[in-house]
Amino acid sequence: MNDVKCECGHVNPHGTVLCEACGKVLDENEINNKELLDMRYEGSARRSQTYNKTIIDKIWNFFSSVKVGVWLIIITLIASTIGTILPQEMYINQPPDVYYEQEYGWFGKLYYQLGLHDLYGSWWYLLLIAMLGISLVICSLDRVVPLYKALKAQRVTRNEGFLKRQRVFGVNEIASENDLTTIKKQLKDRRYHVREENGDLLAEKGRFSRWGPYVNHVGLIIFLFGGILRFIPGFYVNENLWVKEGETAAVPETGGQFYLQNNQFILQHYDKNKDKTFEKAIDRAGAVVKNYQSNVVLYKRESNNLPGEKPKLKKVTDYKVRVNQPLTFEGYSVFQASFRNEMNAMSFSLTNKKTNQSAGNLKIDLQNPKGKYDLGNGYSVEILNYFPDFEFAKSGEPTTKSRVPNNPAFVFRMTSPEKPKGETSFVAIKQTIEPFGDNTYKMAFKGVDTKNVSGFIVRKDSSLWAIILGGIIFMIGVIQGAYWNHRRIWVQNKNGQVWLAAHTNKNWYGLKSEIETVLLGTKFSIPEDRLQKENTDKEDV
Amino acid sequence: MKKRRLIIRTIILFILGAAVAYTLYENLTKDNKQKVAVGEAAPDFALVDMQGNKHRLSEYKGQGVFLNFWGTWCPPCKKEMPYINNQYHQFKDKGVQLMSVDIQESPLAVSQFADRLKLDFPIMIDTDKEVMNTYGIDLLPATFLIDKNGKVLKYHTGELSEDKIREFMEKIKP
Repeated sequence: MNDVKCECGHVNPHGTVLCEACGKVLDENEINNKELLDMRYEGSARRSQTYNKTIIDKIWNFFSSVKVGVWLIIITLIASTIGTILPQEMYINQPPDVYYEQEYGWFGKLYYQLGLHDLYGSWWYLLLIAMLGISLVICSLDRVVPLYKALKAQRVTRNEGFLKRQRVFGVNEIASENDLTTIKKQLKDRRYHVREENGDLLAEKGRFSRWGPYVNHVGLIIFLFGGILRFIPGFYVNENLWVKEGETAAVPETGGQFYLQNNQFILQHYDKNKDKTFEKAIDRAGAVVKNYQSNVVLYKRESNNLPGEKPKLKKVTDYKVRVNQPLTFEGYSVFQASFRNEMNAMSFSLTNKKTNQSAGNLKIDLQNPKGKYDLGNGYSVEILNYFPDFEFAKSGEPTTKSRVPNNPAFVFRMTSPEKPKGETSFVAIKQTIEPFGDNTYKMAFKGVDTKNVSGFIVRKDSSLWAIILGGIIFMIGVIQGAYWNHRRIWVQNKNGQVWLAAHTNKNWYGLKSEIETVLLGTKFSIPEDRLQKENTDKEDV
Repeated sequence: MKKRRLIIRTIILFILGAAVAYTLYENLTKDNKQKVAVGEAAPDFALVDMQGNKHRLSEYKGQGVFLNFWGTWCPPCKKEMPYINNQYHQFKDKGVQLMSVDIQESPLAVSQFADRLKLDFPIMIDTDKEVMNTYGIDLLPATFLIDKNGKVLKYHTGELSEDKIREFMEKIKP
């Protein structure tokens, strides 16, 4: 595997098709093949295509193949599409093993069994994206380096074979000094960079547009890197936080550094009479919510307390968290996301069943009920048993489903001067059981206090900068490659004639019309587009 | 030249491969990652029991700690409580401490529960769920075995039989 020395003296790497300096065709196949040169990557040696020895080289060559890259894109595309057929696991609020079969029958079951319910988080999908990323890096590296070298090494004077086999090519028998000067001037006017050597000309512009695709790929890589960042613990946080009115809770994933106190949750509706504009909409939809808001106080922990000990807190700020107006601090954002209403306290009146006279009222805090409520004058009520989320167990015993007071029930012992030993009563919502016969007194239900619980989402995304930066660089690359063309025009003395050849990486029409303007006022003939000529010839036949 | 090419290619492939391996690893382990892993030091905490005595985990260094999280509303917790109570009496003089943590319930509910089941070991209430969050508890009952050096020996979720509790306490006996 030796380097190839061209007759012009330039040493090219092994595998080069066209000499980097003079453009002479070096590759045997290419010599005998076509009339026009394949100018892709300037005929430079894509090294992956040439070295294939070690296992590293083999892996490298696999990923360097554009064919492999295109297939990876197609497979990823198909896989991503499959993930949209049924809703993904994160968007359903039920156990997935039940949900899919229940909703979508055998297909849903299969979908779940194949693991497609969490497709975008599956190892093989990640691997696919990763391979796409690797392919992107290696494809780009393998092409941009030789291309850069070839464009840098090009000389003004080019090999005859190179010029002859350009798509735009023309021969002029005679050319005056004047004409050459005019051409040079008009090229410069059109912002060409003109180099001259032994009376030969090379005019070039827009070379930087050749780097567009690679800049674009760099952007994509940064974008993917941002995606990887999200997997680093602490870089991406997306947690729920429920705080009841009047309570303070630690903000999750802040290492216990921040606490959030919820003073009040506010729910406002549009008023039909006040907001006349929305009258019709309100009529149609019923109540329309105007505002979801939580008035909160953010605290920072000052003490170095252990979990379980009461922390010493320092107030940081007051804030009204509303939809799309999150409270932000140190990279975290606390969004208003939800709310619910919870029973907070229940009021009863100890009442004589016959006379219907009240012996006193009591209010039971459902979060923290007292054991005994003394009503004075020999009247008192004891809570023998408290079931915040009452249900009957299979054995028939009363029990509680959870610690949340969704359906509170009590076993009371009511003591009165008439019944100093007390009477027992079981009280649940809309239900009273007197287990030991007829009681003199009852606990008459007076009312219930509720409190709102605000649902917040705590979010932090430290990968955002990489995603934004990647996106911007991506777009710069697209613009760079799309809105500029790399154009080269050679005017050279060969065999006592003056040859004119031209090449562009795209927009041949633009190049040709530019050549016409450049040649204006000279005796040069307009070079012909041989690809087009070929086509028209065929059409003629 | 060739050697340098091989080195550069190896380095690039290695970097890319490492990034992919890391991402896959983090993705696969994110669901079953324990906040407190077996073999690591158990995070310290301090809670006040129903009698008003403060218990701090690190004060029990040198002894084994049977750390149990529960709730009165959880049926398997209810079942294992009397067993824990029995074994607590067997092992309390042999250097095994019991830390029994109820999660965010009212003192009334907890004390009535303890009375009903005749539990006489110290019970603490994790009012703000801080200890629960520190230990990353999801399902109840949850039991951590902490050895005399303060390291987590075992993590168990679900109901325990009396034999199992004895076996566990035996394990952490110093």
